[in-house]
Amino acid sequence: MRVYEVLFIVAPNTEEGDIETLVTQLSDVITNQGAQVAKVDRMGRRRLAYPIGKFNEGHFIVLTVEGTGTEIAEVERRMRVNDAVIRYITIRIDEDLKRAEKFRARRASRVRATAGRRNSRNAESVLPIGEEEEED
Amino acid sequence: MSSEREQPRRDDRRGGQGGRRFVRARKSCRFCADRVDYIDYKDTKTLGSYVPERGKILPRRISGTCAPHQRMLAEAIKRARNAALLPFATD
Repeated sequence: MRVYEVLFIVAPNTEEGDIETLVTQLSDVITNQGAQVAKVDRMGRRRLAYPIGKFNEGHFIVLTVEGTGTEIAEVERRMRVNDAVIRYITIRIDEDLKRAEKFRARRASRVRATAGRRNSRNAESVLPIGEEEEED
Repeated sequence: MSSEREQPRRDDRRGGQGGRRFVRARKSCRFCADRVDYIDYKDTKTLGSYVPERGKILPRRISGTCAPHQRMLAEAIKRARNAALLPFATD
């Protein structure tokens, strides 16, 4: 299964309600194709780093999609057709997350190894070092 | 780390014109220190400190970021640029 992040920017002159319907519409498209929307992150109204079209601001929305990849094409087509969406990018993140997980696991095993060595050398208890922080 | 960054100098090797020697703290990778496994392109606060005025990506030689993290960082900055979170260029 693949995990994607679909970020899109909605024009600042769009009504709140219209944004909501757009989000539910796109989510429906995704779920109808048998994929799941794992998370909807509304980053809110933000300044754009550079003007897009004639806009200097936009509503940023991120959908985290778990699926096969076929639904992305349809979602992107919808966004291309919709005038309210001024920018969209899709990024596949499952490979990056897997890599991050691997690093974390390796670090955890290394911590355990050093802790074990230290324990055997002097029989006092070792505080847990290198506690993992949660991402995002 | 912060004070060197404004004025990158190469004359820290020792043996300048005698007298004063610059002792510089070793630059180190911030991401390694914080144990970052994935640099998110939406995290403009972090990325912003690696994008100086002009909008270019700060080189490793100046920031001290390690090679694997610099690759992740460059990728994240490029993604952020496409998402209009960071500028391509500013003058």
